[in-house]
Formats: sequence, structure tokens, C-alpha cells
Amino acid sequence: MIDYDSALSPRIKGVAPSGIRKFFDLLENMDHDDAISLGVGEPDFVTPWHIRDAGVYALEKGFTKYTSNAGLAELRREIAKYLNRRFGLQYDPMKQMIVTVGGSEGIDIAVRAIVSEGDEVIIPVPSFVCYGPIVQLAGGVPVFVETKAENEFRLTAEELKAAITPRTKLLVLPFPNNPTGAIMERKDLEAIAEVLKDTNIIVLSDEIYAELTYGGHHVSIANLPEMVERTIVVNGFSKSYAMTGWRMGYVCGPQPLIKQMLKIHQYAIMCAPTTSQYAAVEAVRDGDQDIANMCRDYDYRRRFLLDKLRGAGLECFEPRGAFYMFPCIRSTGLSSAEFCERFLVEQHVAAIPGTAFGAGGEGFVRMCYASSLANLAEAMERLERFLKGLGKRQ
Amino acid sequence: MNELLTLLEKDCRQTPQQLATMLGKDEQEILDEIARCEKEHIILGYPALVDWTKTDDEMVTALIEVRISPQRGDGFDRIAERIYQYEEVESLYLMSGAFDLAVTITGRSLREVAEFVHARLAIIEGVTGTATHFILKKYKEKNHVFEKLPEQEERVLFV
Repeated sequence: MIDYDSALSPRIKGVAPSGIRKFFDLLENMDHDDAISLGVGEPDFVTPWHIRDAGVYALEKGFTKYTSNAGLAELRREIAKYLNRRFGLQYDPMKQMIVTVGGSEGIDIAVRAIVSEGDEVIIPVPSFVCYGPIVQLAGGVPVFVETKAENEFRLTAEELKAAITPRTKLLVLPFPNNPTGAIMERKDLEAIAEVLKDTNIIVLSDEIYAELTYGGHHVSIANLPEMVERTIVVNGFSKSYAMTGWRMGYVCGPQPLIKQMLKIHQYAIMCAPTTSQYAAVEAVRDGDQDIANMCRDYDYRRRFLLDKLRGAGLECFEPRGAFYMFPCIRSTGLSSAEFCERFLVEQHVAAIPGTAFGAGGEGFVRMCYASSLANLAEAMERLERFLKGLGKRQ
Repeated sequence: MNELLTLLEKDCRQTPQQLATMLGKDEQEILDEIARCEKEHIILGYPALVDWTKTDDEMVTALIEVRISPQRGDGFDRIAERIYQYEEVESLYLMSGAFDLAVTITGRSLREVAEFVHARLAIIEGVTGTATHFILKKYKEKNHVFEKLPEQEERVLFV
């Protein structure tokens, strides 16, 4: 009989399963017609038709072979133009860019190219769930830094300084942030840059939500003097163009880093899906208006949800990016997990406990507002009922 | 305030309070603006968009191209007025190109529509010709698709 336990690598076994598995089992078994999910962090929009059509056209034409490892030259050139047009970034599409399978692959190959056994990676939390496990798989040590509600969940220079050790190789900068909706403004990034400038630490700037900011334009840390040489920018099509299922992302960075990352990409992935790449060319070339339209709609919903959450008596900081609300639920006396479980069971609304996003998430829940206004309005009515019910029982 | 109009055009049942929140304005400002738009006839009405094929009511809609000879002084307007005052007429547009007016009318049967064309429309002074096209199926109107699109079945639970 095979002993799977000893067959498996201790490293993968050491990666903890999601701490909220129980909650997802509950969610999976929910079979109510009236269930509303504010749980999934993806656009509710379908990919704009002209982009889908470009994918269909590529299939019709029989463009079904591998592309070059780094991605279609045409796509990379268009991405370079886009990054320049939107964020003032300058990358050589042929030497400093790889088209990846979603932003996630970009994060993976960046971490694997930089982190070796025992290296420390600073990860602000709450944040997207993949950074820690990917660092662990590379043999590295995630060092979590809790961002604070009173700092609007921004990473401060002091917090960063306190986390740096001689073994620090990489700083993950996940802004605009999932799940808090926090952003980093130029002055915040300048303070971070000041801390990093005399070190050899690389920045992995996950800017997948760069297009979704409200009341201000996203600033990339790679835009700051002397930072481009130490920054890997990860971005992609999933959130901004509502293209999650196409799995299209990209990484840009200094050539010596990209060159090594490309080796991992070419051996593990070969190239990003060809159909998706052709669709992405259309998106990046002619999709600025789509982004603007969707962003405007998210902004309406953001204002609506914030108003309702505060109206219901929950403390909530105003998110300036992404499409999440991160209200504080401590006033209910429940833990994040209890709150979400009961909200789901009693009112059939799914939200995600803040603890899913790492330490510092306790006392908060994530609600995604990439959902129709009608859904959001109904969810907020149920929230009021839920909170009233809690009040009575206490 | 064009943003307000766009939002109302999408869904006029949103409450003024909700609209105010979304646009970052006072509820009173929104109420005033809506009142002004109604008064100035910028907002003409708040109809629902109905797919009548899903009901038991039989209905036939036709798009009629109308050619007319414009009249001195009044141009096309006077004839247009004579046409749009019929209750059956749903919409009426002045067109560029091969014909002058596009009329849509809805009736209970083919015969009712045909009757309207030859007994009412064609005999109006100044109307020089008509061509009637029956609408077989509506796919999309006012940005709404009639057929309910399928939802993707399997989806990730959490990202």
C-alpha cells in the first residue's frame, strides 16, 4: 500500500489549507434561490463583446498554436503603450515583459525567481491569499505586516522598516488592495521608496486593480525615481476588462529579473493561451472606454454600499480602490467567521470573513460590490434585518 | 446632471435617496433636478420595458417607411403631427435617406395594422408612399436583451 503522506513533499504539506474551509463548504451546500453572494471577487460584467469577438475571430482564423514564450509581440507592444498612456510607465515590450496566465502566474514566477531557502518576504495583510503560500513553496518565509484601519490600511514606512531584516529579499505591495480597498498615494509610496533605496530589496507591486480607483488616479511605485530598477509590476486583464476566465496577466520589470522569470514561465507554462492573447490585444488597444464605463458603475455601487453599511451602524472606512468594502463588525460582538456564517445561514447572503485574508482581518468582513445594484440593495436590507435580529437576542 | 439622466434611463425606479448617494449629492438636489427635467419635458415618462410575447396577449408590431412631400412653411412637421396623434403610433422619426418618416405601430393582428396603413396613413394628404415591415422578433431594445442569457454554471467560490 502506498504511503501518500511520505510520498508528498513536506513543503506542500506545510502550506496550510484555507482556514475558512468550513465556511466554503457551507456556501457550496447553499441551495436557496434567493441567495446573494458578495463573496466572489470578480466583475459581474461579461467581457465586452468586441473583446470576446476578437477571441472568436482568432479561433475562426485558426490561430491555435503556441505563441512565443513571452507572449505575442503585438500584445506586448500594445501593453507597453497602454502602461505608458495610463500610468506613465516605460517598459521595453521585447525585453522587460512577459505575458502570463493571469496575474497569479506573474506573482508566482516573480517570487520563484527571487526567493530561495530561508529568504524573507514582507507581505502586508490583510491581502490576497496567494502570496504567503507561493513564498512558502519557494522555500521562503512570509513576514506578515498588519496594516491598520486607522492608517486606512496603507503600509507605512515605519511598519516596513520594523519588518526588514538582513534576510529580506522581497516586498509585496498589493495596492489597490483586496480585501480592504486601500490605495497608496504618491506620498505614501515615496515614504516606502525612501526606506528601500539603500537596500537590495525588490518590490513586487501587484497592480491588478490599478484601473479601479475612485477619486484619484493610481500611482505605480515603478513610477518613482530609482524604483523602476527594483520593481516588478504585475498587472492583468481580469479585473479591469472583466476577463477573469481568460486568464490573462503580465509582468514587467528590469531585464535581468525578467530574463530569469521567463525561464520558469517557459518550462512550466510555455505560453499564455493564444486565444486569450488575441482577445487581450483588442482589449488593451480599444478598451479604455470599457474600463471607464465599468469603473463608473463600480463607483456608484461603492457609494451606495458605503452609505448603507454606515447607515446600518457598521464602521467602515471609505475604500478608494478595487471593488470591496471592508466593514468592521466588532460592534456586533461576533467574530468575523461567526458573523459570515450566521449572515449566510440566516439571511442567505455570502460575505467573506476578514480572517481569510490574514492576520488583522479579524473583526472585519469583505463584501464585493461587483454585483448589480438590485442585489446590493437587497443584501443591505437583509443586513439591516440581520443586525436588528442580533440586537434583540443580546 | 447628465449622469443622473443616464442612471434614470437605465432604471427609473431607483429612489432619489439612492441616486443621491451614488452621485455624491443631496437628495433634495436630485429631487429638484428631476422636477426640473420633468417640467422642461427633458424626462418624458417612465415606462416599463415589456416582453409581450411572454404574455397571452397577441400583438403585432410593424415598422412603416413613409414617403411624404414636405409642405411649404411647415416642412415635414405638420404631416408628422397628423400621424403621431393616432394612438396606435408608438414612435415616429424623421429619417435621412430613402424615405422620410419611420413609424412603428402595434396592433392586435396583422389585419389591424394593415387597416391602419391603408385606411389612415396612406390617405393623409402629402403621403406619397408607404412600405410596411412586420417585426418578427425583438432581440434587444433600450439596451435590454429580450432573451435571458444563460449563466455560467461552474464558478470559483472565492478569490
